[in-house]
Order: sequence, then C-alpha cells, then structure tokens
Amino acid sequence: MIALQVFFQIFIPLFMVLACMFIGKGIELHHFKKLAEREQQLSGIMMTNLKTIPPQYANAKPFLVMGSAVMATDYFKVFAAGLRTLFGGEMKSYVTLMERARRQAVIRMLEQAAQQGASAVWNIRYETSTMQGQQRKKPGGVEILVYGTALK
Amino acid sequence: MIVVNTETIPGYHILQIKGLVQGNTVRAKHVGRDIAASLKNLVGGELTGYTELLVESRREAMARMLAQAQQLGANAVVNVRLATSSITSGAAELYCYGTAVIVGAESPIEGLGK
Repeated sequence: MIALQVFFQIFIPLFMVLACMFIGKGIELHHFKKLAEREQQLSGIMMTNLKTIPPQYANAKPFLVMGSAVMATDYFKVFAAGLRTLFGGEMKSYVTLMERARRQAVIRMLEQAAQQGASAVWNIRYETSTMQGQQRKKPGGVEILVYGTALK
Repeated sequence: MIVVNTETIPGYHILQIKGLVQGNTVRAKHVGRDIAASLKNLVGGELTGYTELLVESRREAMARMLAQAQQLGANAVVNVRLATSSITSGAAELYCYGTAVIVGAESPIEGLGK
C-alpha cells in the first residue's frame, strides 16, 4: 500500500516532469526554427517605436496593425520556476516562453502589414498580460499583444 | 475611417478634436477551450483557442470604439492604445481607446485624391 502511494506521489510527477521536459524542449526548438524562418521572410519591413512619422511618408496610407499570441507554460517550466523561487535568480524557463510569444506576435503583426503592402511599421507598442486557467494558482499562459501604425 | 496609434497622420492635418472614444468587452472562454488549454499546459506551445478568442474580442472592442467615433462625426481616430486585463479566472477584459478627430488634407491642392 505504501509502495503504491510512493509510486503515485513521487514517480508519476517525476515522470511527468521528465517527459514534459523532453517533449516541451522539442516543440520549443521547432518553434524557434519556424520563427527564424518567418522573420527572415518578413525582414523587409522596417519596425520602430518612434512616434513621429518623417515627411518621406507623407503620401503613405496609414493603418493600424496588430498581432497577438497566447503561449502556454509547460509542466517542466512550472516545476523549474518553482525551484527557482527557492533560491532566486533568473527564471530561464520563462524567458524563452516570453521570447516565443513575443516573436510570434510580432510576426503576426508583420504578416498583417505585409498583406496590405506596407513597408514600415511605426510607433510599435507591446502589451503583456496573463491568461488565468481554471485553477487560480497556475497561470494558463501569457498573452503578448503588439500593435503599430503600418505605412504603405 | 483612418485608425492609427501615432499622434499625427502623415499627409493630413487635424482640423478638430472630438474627444476621447473607447470600447471594451469582457469575454469568457468556453469549457471546451479550457480543457484543450489545460492539456496544452503539459507540454507548452501556443494556445490557439485563446489567441483566436482575444483577436475576436479585440475586434469587437475596436468596433465599439469606432462606432462612438462615428457618432461624434469624426473621420479618424488617432493615438489608439490597447489594454488587456484578466478580471477573474477564465475571463479577460479587452479595452481600447483613442482620440476621435476630424482630419483634412495638409494642403488642399496636393492632398487631392488621398
């Protein structure tokens, strides 16, 4: 009976952490590769967070573009971050999570701009918020929103 | 209607400021999406259901803002800002605001046909 309890309380979570670490890492690497590809394709559009638009764009048609992405944490990341809170320091597992979400959101915004033939996006603003899951304690994921003024 | 998040619009002059316009919406995601999301929380990755939901709701908030601007007789909204907050678990508020203005071409002759 005790052996069964030990099995459920220690081995299953441990197995989950390890399994999710490998699967999550794989998905993350694949995502980063795809992001890099897409960024290469969209690199022709200039991005800046400057407010004022220079006079060379006087004839451009401006319009609002935005992109967003909600990225989920994984079992391993939550576990790793939980360990980090004991000693403090940088939460590396969450840094990559935010990076993925941010880059994905930027790509979506640029796609929208490219679709309408824009050559630059000005006054870019980032917005971050957490989406809570059904359980109160754990955040379900983070949402990154990027928006700016695209100029044709 | 021209919508930008810069303070000025290139090639146009702000003739009249109509005032602040805003739009918001609070959306809850449904149970099916929540279940899918909790599964995604094991291995990580994008929660496409939530992304769609937020994009949809943001469009709604934006439409409300534009309706207000139209009511004021504006033909553009400048300096648009977007904000998101989660108010309770499972619901999010999307808020957008900007300044409704009436714009005209910078110079009446050059600006023709814009």
